[in-house]
Amino acid sequence: MLSIKNLYVSVDGQEILKGINLEINPGEIHAIMGPNGSGKSTLANVLAGKEEYEVTSGEITYMGEDLLEKSPEDRAREGLFLSFQYPVEIPGVPMVNFLKAAVNEHRKYKGEKELTAGEFLKMMREKMELVDMHPNLTNRSVNEGFSGGEKKKNEIFQMALLEPKLAIMDETDSGLDIDALKTVANGVNALRSPENSTIVVTHYQRLLDYIVPDFVHVLYKGKIVKSAGKELAFELEEKGYDWIKQENDN
Amino acid sequence: MGEQDKILNEVTQSEYKYGFVTEIETDIIEKGLNEDVIRLISEKKNEPEFMLNFRLEAFRKWEKMKMPDWAYLKIPPIDFQAISYYAAPVKKPKYNSLDEVDPELIETFNKLGIPIEEQKQLAGVAVDVVMDSVSVKTTFKETLAEKGIIFCSFSDAVQEHPELVKKFLGQAVPVADNYFAALNSAVFSDGSFCYIPKGVRCPMELSTYFRINAANTGQFERTLIVADDDSYVSYLEGCTAPMRDDNQLHAAVVEIIALDRAEVKYSTVQNWYPGDKNGKGGIYNFVTKRGVCRGVSSKISWTQVETGSAITWKYPSCILLGDNSVGEFNSVAVTNNFQQADTGSKMIHIGKNTKSTIVSKGISAGKSDNSYRGLVKVMPGAINSRNFSQCDSLLLNDTCGAHTFPYIEVMNKSSIVEHEATTSKIGEDQIFYCNQRGIDTEKAIGMIVNGYAKEVLNKLPMEFAVEAQKLLQISLEGSVG
Repeated sequence: MLSIKNLYVSVDGQEILKGINLEINPGEIHAIMGPNGSGKSTLANVLAGKEEYEVTSGEITYMGEDLLEKSPEDRAREGLFLSFQYPVEIPGVPMVNFLKAAVNEHRKYKGEKELTAGEFLKMMREKMELVDMHPNLTNRSVNEGFSGGEKKKNEIFQMALLEPKLAIMDETDSGLDIDALKTVANGVNALRSPENSTIVVTHYQRLLDYIVPDFVHVLYKGKIVKSAGKELAFELEEKGYDWIKQENDN
Repeated sequence: MGEQDKILNEVTQSEYKYGFVTEIETDIIEKGLNEDVIRLISEKKNEPEFMLNFRLEAFRKWEKMKMPDWAYLKIPPIDFQAISYYAAPVKKPKYNSLDEVDPELIETFNKLGIPIEEQKQLAGVAVDVVMDSVSVKTTFKETLAEKGIIFCSFSDAVQEHPELVKKFLGQAVPVADNYFAALNSAVFSDGSFCYIPKGVRCPMELSTYFRINAANTGQFERTLIVADDDSYVSYLEGCTAPMRDDNQLHAAVVEIIALDRAEVKYSTVQNWYPGDKNGKGGIYNFVTKRGVCRGVSSKISWTQVETGSAITWKYPSCILLGDNSVGEFNSVAVTNNFQQADTGSKMIHIGKNTKSTIVSKGISAGKSDNSYRGLVKVMPGAINSRNFSQCDSLLLNDTCGAHTFPYIEVMNKSSIVEHEATTSKIGEDQIFYCNQRGIDTEKAIGMIVNGYAKEVLNKLPMEFAVEAQKLLQISLEGSVG
C-alpha cells in the first residue's frame, strides 16, 4: 500500500523529517505517536502533498507508484485521504456542493459516471447516519460556524463519502470530548476493511482505546525511534515520552 | 513562485473565450464628431426634432467639458475624432420567425451560448437583442403588449411613443451630467426602452444582450426604464464582445424612473473583452447608470457582475427622492491581468425615511487594480434615513491591487449610516483543503470565489445567477476559478 524509504523533508530550509522508513500493508492500522514538534503532522502533510513541505531526499511509493510525482488532487482521487487537524472554513460554499464536487471529481478520475443531485443526496443521507452527523450541517458553509467536535465529525463524514484506501488521521482526537471521540472512532471502525489502511497520528493514547492499531511507531526529532505492537501505546501512556527522549538524546 | 501562484498565473492567462468577429455587412458613417455627424445620426434614425435638439444640446455642452481624471484609472488618451459614431447592420431584419434571420447571426448567438430559440420558450424571458447599435430581434412583444407593457428598441420607442420618451429622457441622467453621459446623449445610436403601466407586474424577466461587433465603432447605448405607479419589473442585461486589438470605447447610459410604489430590479452581467494577458486591447467601459425613486415607497435595486473590460468606470446610483423609497446596490467586480476597474455606487437620500444598502465584492487577480468608490449623501430633509454599506475585497495574489474610496456626507441628525470594509487574500489552506478532496486548484478557486460572491449572486434572477457563476469561473480561468 504505502512504502516510505529514507524520507528527508524540510520546511523553510529547516530539516523536520530525517530519514523516515515505513511500510504499510492493506488492512493495517498504524499509529504514529510522539511528543510535540517531532514531525508527526509534517509526515501527514507530506503524504497529502502540501506545497511548502520540501522533500530533499528519499522516496514514497503508494499503490506501486511514485507518490511524490502526483499532484495533491490526484493523490486524493487515488484514495489518499487526510483528516485535517484544523479543518478549513470556506465561507459561502455549502457543504453539500463541496462534497458533491469532491465525490464527482473522484468518480470522473475513475471513469465512472458523475452522480446526479438526487443520487448524491441519497448517498449522503446514508453516510450521515454512519457518523451521526446532524443533517443541518450539510446545509451550512464548509466548516463555517462548526464546533470543534462538528469539524472533526465532518472530516470522518467526508472520509465515509470518499471511501479512501489510505486514511491519515492527523490529531483527529485533539479537542474532542469523550463522546465525540467515540463517535469519530466508531465512524473510522465502521469504514475499516481488509483492503483499506489507516495512519493515526496522535499525541495521546486515548484514541487508540477505540481505534486499535496493529503497529505503533514513535516519532522523535524527525526519526522513527521505536516501533512495536499496540502495547507500546500503553507503555507511552504510562511512562510519558521522557524515556524515549533520554534514550535518544544520549 | 509557488505552485499555487503558477496555477493562478496559468488560469489567469487563459485567452478570452468569446473572442470572435462575425462578418455581417455593416453600414458605418465616416469617423469623427461634429454637429453634422449628430444631425446625420438623427436623420438616419428619422428622429423628431426634440431628439435632435437633445443631442445638439448635449454635444455643445460636451465640447466644453473635460474628461474626468479623478478615478483610480490609467486611461490612455482617446481620440474622439478617430471613432465612427454610427454602425447599423445593413440587413435590419423585421422577422416573425428565426428562420428568416441571417444564419450567421444565429451562429454568433450560438457561440455566445445565447440560444434565442430556447430563450423564447424557456423561463419566460423576452429578449431584445442589440447587435451593434440597432435592435435586431424583439420577442414576446405581443405578450407584453397585452398588459400594456412597452419593451422595444430605443429607436422604435422614439418613433412609436415619442411622448413617453420626451417626458422621461434625461430625467435621471441630465444631458450634461458628466463627460461620458454628455457624449452618449449626443451620439447614442440605440438601446432599449421599457415602460410598465400603472399597477402592472411584468410577468417575465425582461432581458437585453449587448454586443460590440464592428471594428473601431464606439458603442453608445441608451436605456430608459419607466415604472409607473404600483408597477414592478425585473430587467436583465448581459453582454460579451469579440476579441480584437483596437481599444473600443463604450459609453452607455441607463436611466430608471420609479414612480409611486413602483419597483425596478436591474441586473447586469458584464463581460466585455478585457484585453489580452499583456494588457493589449480591450473595451473601455464608461457607463452612467442612475435610477430615480421619484415616487413614494418606490424601490430600485442594481445588481451587477462585472468581469470584463480593460477599463471600467461605472457607478450605478439611486436618487431617493420619494419618501420611504429604497435603493440597493449589489456588485461583484472581477479584475484580472491588466484590467482596471473603478466602480461603486452613489446613494443620494432626499426623501424622508429613505433606506439604502450597498454590498460590493471586489476580486482582483493578475496585475489588475480594483477600486470601490462610493458616495452616501443624506440631505438635510432626509430625516430618519438609513444606509448600510459593506465593501469586501479579495486578492488572489501579491501583484494585484484593491482600493476603497468611500465618501459619506450626512446632513441631519436623525439618520444612520454604517460602513464596513474587509480585505483578504485567498487562502492557500482553503485551496489545499479542496485539493485534498480531489478538487483541482482552478475549480477550487472558482468555488471559493463563488462562495465569497454568493451574497450578491443570490440577488440575481435564477437563470442569470447560473450564467454569472460560469462567468466568474471563466474570468478566473481567465483568473478566478
